Amino acid sequence: MSGPLLQLSGVTIRFGGLTAVSSVDADVREGELAGLIGPNGAGKTTVFNMITGVYQPTEGAISFGGRPTAGLKPYRITELGIARTFQNIRLFPSLTVFDNVRVAFHLHLDHDSVHSLTRGPKFQAEEVQLRERTRELLSIFRLERVQDEPAKSLSYGDQRRLEIIRALATRPRLLLLDEPAAGMNPTEKDELMKLIRFIRDRFGLAILLVEHDMKVVMGICERIHVLEYGRKIAEGTPSEIRGDPKVIAAYLGEEPVKES
Amino acid sequence: MFPPRSQRILLAVLAASALLSAFSGRLNPYFLDVALGAGISVVLASSLNLINGFTGQFSLGHAGFMAVGAYASAMLTTTLAPRLGLSANLLQWGFFPLSLVAGGLLAALAGIAVGAPSLRLKGDYLAIVTLGFGEIIKVVLQNVDAVGASRGLTGIPSHTNLFWVFGSAAVTVYVVWGLLNSTYGRGFLAVADDEVAAEAMGLNTTRYKITAFVVGAFFAGVAGGLYAHLKGYLNPGGFSFDKSIEIVVMVILGGMGRHSGVVVAALLLTVLTESLRQTGAFRMIVYSVLLIVLMLTRPQGLFVWPLWSKKEGRP
Repeated sequence: MSGPLLQLSGVTIRFGGLTAVSSVDADVREGELAGLIGPNGAGKTTVFNMITGVYQPTEGAISFGGRPTAGLKPYRITELGIARTFQNIRLFPSLTVFDNVRVAFHLHLDHDSVHSLTRGPKFQAEEVQLRERTRELLSIFRLERVQDEPAKSLSYGDQRRLEIIRALATRPRLLLLDEPAAGMNPTEKDELMKLIRFIRDRFGLAILLVEHDMKVVMGICERIHVLEYGRKIAEGTPSEIRGDPKVIAAYLGEEPVKES
Repeated sequence: MFPPRSQRILLAVLAASALLSAFSGRLNPYFLDVALGAGISVVLASSLNLINGFTGQFSLGHAGFMAVGAYASAMLTTTLAPRLGLSANLLQWGFFPLSLVAGGLLAALAGIAVGAPSLRLKGDYLAIVTLGFGEIIKVVLQNVDAVGASRGLTGIPSHTNLFWVFGSAAVTVYVVWGLLNSTYGRGFLAVADDEVAAEAMGLNTTRYKITAFVVGAFFAGVAGGLYAHLKGYLNPGGFSFDKSIEIVVMVILGGMGRHSGVVVAALLLTVLTESLRQTGAFRMIVYSVLLIVLMLTRPQGLFVWPLWSKKEGRP
């Protein structure tokens, strides 16, 4: 395939008089582990919300696999192959761990409401197969032991993992992770980095990561885009970003000590 | 292939209600009347449970859908049926169920008409729109002379019997249960839990909500038809806001989104209101006090035990 998997060109969004994101160009290549960083309020999550169709950009265009995504509803964009997790975990809290994953197979279902009522042999076979695949996904991430617990009863780290598994069940080509390391301790962060690499290799998909934690971003991303006040100020490999004076000034470096 | 267990249970219940219906002549007529009323409540409560309990929408318009179905099927049996010259048996076993379905379909159509524009609203706002819809239906019926206006519609043949009532109840419970118990059906619960996340997982949340509304309204319409041919008389005032609240109470007491709990609550509340008749003027006071006590002591629903919910796959 030629060209990047995800392409943002001149993407701008305004909320009333506030320009939250201003003419951002960025791209994610097939199978790439990319990062999107920036200080608080730089517009990272807003970019995510535009990619996934929650917001429509005021100007500019987003395309996925060469297809423009303008005007598509979030579920249609998931259908194209973009899945996401949320900054503040959004599982289906009252559903079991198992059902959280199962429901995300929705896009690839052959049955619908009518088949749920006739419950014919084909329906039964598909349900058995889906249960099998759900169990398989859960066991890859060692969550099968809690599969019958409600999702809300899981530990924070497990909830984060479950959210990723659920996103994988939609069979994406691009996975968007919104601050997956938020609220994790150093050990959990190390595990998360391993997990993200593992997912990319095992499922062969591209991952775009929004993250605050420099250790995580620098540790796993192959290419990083940096936002500040809604504008893109840099792009490059972790070592390039580390040495970029603009990035250091905006984010990595310390504020110069003010003396009065 | 052998039908799945759920369908065998459905068939068994249908057979049992047919058998019971054959002997209904020997039952005490008062008892029969209460039993039929209770069965209709099961249809109403289970169908509302799909909308309010499982899909997490708050509809207060169920009496409105019921009215649409009641008047539609009653008009068919009072105006169209006599011209066809059918035998009494054919009327009760052939024409009547068709008129019930027709009433249900018209109610489902009303469900789309109300649902499609208003499902973008959430919680209280949706409740107010559906409440308004119910009142509009009532006022329209009160003013249309062809259906008797506020005098009501009289002379409806009494076709409703145990088989039709408990058969409809069984089909309603089966449909709601069947819809929910599939990978597709888990989507209803997902929509109730978190719409944004559901949409992000590729679920067309609008379609789920409309499906819930249409199926719920259809069975409310069927229940209306059963009610019309049980009472023999329809009065628009009977489909007021109070009726909707009564059904909502059944769903809440049964434990929003529990299949069996809501069925039991529907039966129990119908029998309870009947038995409270002896208290005369104090009836509604006793009823209200009972509801308050129940809600204070069991806010999660009367019949929610960990064991039950495990079986139904909803923790």
